[in-house]
Amino acid sequence: MPTLDMLHPDSRCRVTQVLGEHAVSQRLMEMGLIEGSTVEVVRFAPLGDPMEVSLHGYSLSLRKSEASLVEVEQCG
Amino acid sequence: MRLAKAETTVALVGNPNTGKTTLFNALTGLSHRVGNYPGVTVEHKQGRFELGQRGVRVIDLPGTYSLAARSKDELVAVDALLGHGVADVAPDAIIAILDATNLPRNLYLVSQLLELDRPLILALNMSDLARAQGIEIDHVGLSRALGVPVVPIAADRNEGLEALQDALERIISEPAPRTGNRAELPAPLNAATDEVQRVLEQAGGKLGWTPCRAEALRCLVDVDGEFEARFRALLGEEFQQAVAAARTKLPADRTPASVEAHARYSWIDDLVRRFVARPEQGRASLTRRLDALLTHRLWGSATLLLILAGVFQAIYSWSAPLMTAIEMAFARLGSGVEALLPAGPLRSLLVDGVLGGVGGVVVFLPQILVLVFFITLLEDCGYMARAAFLADRLLVRLGLSGKSVIPLLSSFACAVPGIMATRTIDSRKDRLATILVAPLMSCSARLPVYVLFIGAFVPDKRWMGGWIGLQGLVLFGAHLIGVVVAAGVLLVFKHTLFRGPTAPFLMELPPYRLPHWRNVVSRLIDQGRAFLVRAGSVIFAVAVVIWGLSYFPHPASIHEHYEQARASVTAPEVLAQLDREEAGAYLRASVLGRAGHLIEPVVRHAGWDWRIGIAVTSSFAAREVVIATMGTIFNVGDDATAGEGALREVLARATWPDGRPLFTLPVALSLVIFFALCCQCVATLAVIRRETGSWGWTGLTFSYMTTLAYFAAIVVYHGARWLGMGG
Repeated sequence: MPTLDMLHPDSRCRVTQVLGEHAVSQRLMEMGLIEGSTVEVVRFAPLGDPMEVSLHGYSLSLRKSEASLVEVEQCG
Repeated sequence: MRLAKAETTVALVGNPNTGKTTLFNALTGLSHRVGNYPGVTVEHKQGRFELGQRGVRVIDLPGTYSLAARSKDELVAVDALLGHGVADVAPDAIIAILDATNLPRNLYLVSQLLELDRPLILALNMSDLARAQGIEIDHVGLSRALGVPVVPIAADRNEGLEALQDALERIISEPAPRTGNRAELPAPLNAATDEVQRVLEQAGGKLGWTPCRAEALRCLVDVDGEFEARFRALLGEEFQQAVAAARTKLPADRTPASVEAHARYSWIDDLVRRFVARPEQGRASLTRRLDALLTHRLWGSATLLLILAGVFQAIYSWSAPLMTAIEMAFARLGSGVEALLPAGPLRSLLVDGVLGGVGGVVVFLPQILVLVFFITLLEDCGYMARAAFLADRLLVRLGLSGKSVIPLLSSFACAVPGIMATRTIDSRKDRLATILVAPLMSCSARLPVYVLFIGAFVPDKRWMGGWIGLQGLVLFGAHLIGVVVAAGVLLVFKHTLFRGPTAPFLMELPPYRLPHWRNVVSRLIDQGRAFLVRAGSVIFAVAVVIWGLSYFPHPASIHEHYEQARASVTAPEVLAQLDREEAGAYLRASVLGRAGHLIEPVVRHAGWDWRIGIAVTSSFAAREVVIATMGTIFNVGDDATAGEGALREVLARATWPDGRPLFTLPVALSLVIFFALCCQCVATLAVIRRETGSWGWTGLTFSYMTTLAYFAAIVVYHGARWLGMGG
């Protein structure tokens, strides 16, 4: 299953599952990265990390290590 | 019956970047108090306004996305809502401010706030922007569904504030039973919450308060969170076992946090479907276009460097004339006092102690205000998040995040405003680590010291047609060494003091907006006052103590000796030389001077004699003082600008008792490295104390830097000698 950090800029995906046990995954879900949310990858920072995604009408920056907890399915 | 209270407390809560500060300033004007919550680095802001006959106290809580506190700093906001905070009573009403352009995520916090069963008002901020983006919110329908007032406002234009205050007045004077729609949590989660709540209620006597259902939910769901930790500490292992038992009754295939988040987001989806109509296109296209440039691989980094260079330049050059003016004003005031009073301890105390101390505080104000001005602009317009986005990768290996980049670079001008700028870092661990290394960045006060020693003792060798010179290289090295050492120190801290997982870097990149002047003015006043009052008193006190140490005992015998000498000469230059020698004799006889002799065995390892020891010791309050002190000790006089050339010559002639020259290249280099690494700045320490609220962190900064500086000076001295650079 691909995770959010593997996607290319300008691709869209749907979240299928958020891995990880506690604090970080809870924070990810509170910010709206939950099963069924549609997420667009906007860009990666010039040094390759962190990345910017757009969801629920706002932009979120997160590190790839955090994005790798978010399992997704690509949707065009 | 409830007694009418003279004062009502209202808490202002919301996600970051929702315009909470703008609303706070619009409600309270520019008058408010800022304090620190005990034991945490979060600042605590209270203001007042009149509502009809009622005085209303507004508490501005730190921005938060959820009540699930994961750190002491986050706990502060939740505690204030529950009434465990500074006020010790729960607020009479809560105003939740929401960003109307970004409603779904903002509603997450609302779904938790509704469960607190306190009078609640939703202020839909930036509703003008939302309309402009084609987002239609049926606020009447939303209000009816939730059972709480929903008021559209535009805080930056003062729109909707009256309606907000009317709603507040109604909700306070006639608190109605709450009947609105709530997020429905699944039955097993509710049953388990009931179980935890029963345990908490039974323990009520031990706690001194009756925890509410929201606290029980947080204990249950936030595994290893702040609430669990708090109640475990208060109630012991038994409570921990009860929570663990309750958790086993939840479905095993998902975490409790995921169950909660799902339930809340499906509640949000339902509300958004019913009351919000938004066009397909994502966020504001202007922000998209700007970000394409400002976070671009090449142009984004170039812009960041340009902005940093601009801010840095401004701290240096805009504040320099003001600082000179302040110094001159205090010098003039000093000579005014000197003319009025006879020579003696009182005059010296007033001129060198009191005026010197006050001047030493005020002189920092221009730099602080210039930096705060830029930081507020950058933060208010949304650029700060982009700067952190661009720089994060560089700092994450050192255990920091991108948010540290501006405080650290500002510290090259002056660590005092740099440390104050760490308020924009929300992770406590990152903020403390940044504060601890900020004083290692080579600040502008070190420059004159470097220039003196490098100019006097480093040979002026040049290569490549004069473009590269040895003096310049050493000066560059003096700046670089701070960065290198800071990186090492951060790595050590990362594996010792600040062990544990890196704080998550989930950061919203808010749409670009025009900054609001009121926020800028308000921050300038807050930080200026915080520095002058809280840090200023410490700096002043230390200045007076140092004065005392360098003045007393001031033996009369020295005066008599020089009076006799003066009686036999008339030439003005000889008289002036005698005056300078007399000043030097007093300093050498003072407590500080004797301490110099005392520490000579210690500083000798770095190649210094007792006179250098005194100069270095006396500059612990402010490093640039070393030049004036050296002038006095070596009888050149303390007028640094006029005397620098003379001072260089005198230093070059100074010898050990056996006639060897005192200042050699190794000694000069050891002094340079000592000043590069040592924490010789009371203002910095006072600000660290003020920002961390702890003498422990302040002491740690002072001791690790001083220790490092001392040993580095020894290593450099012996290293340079071993390389054959002379005596």
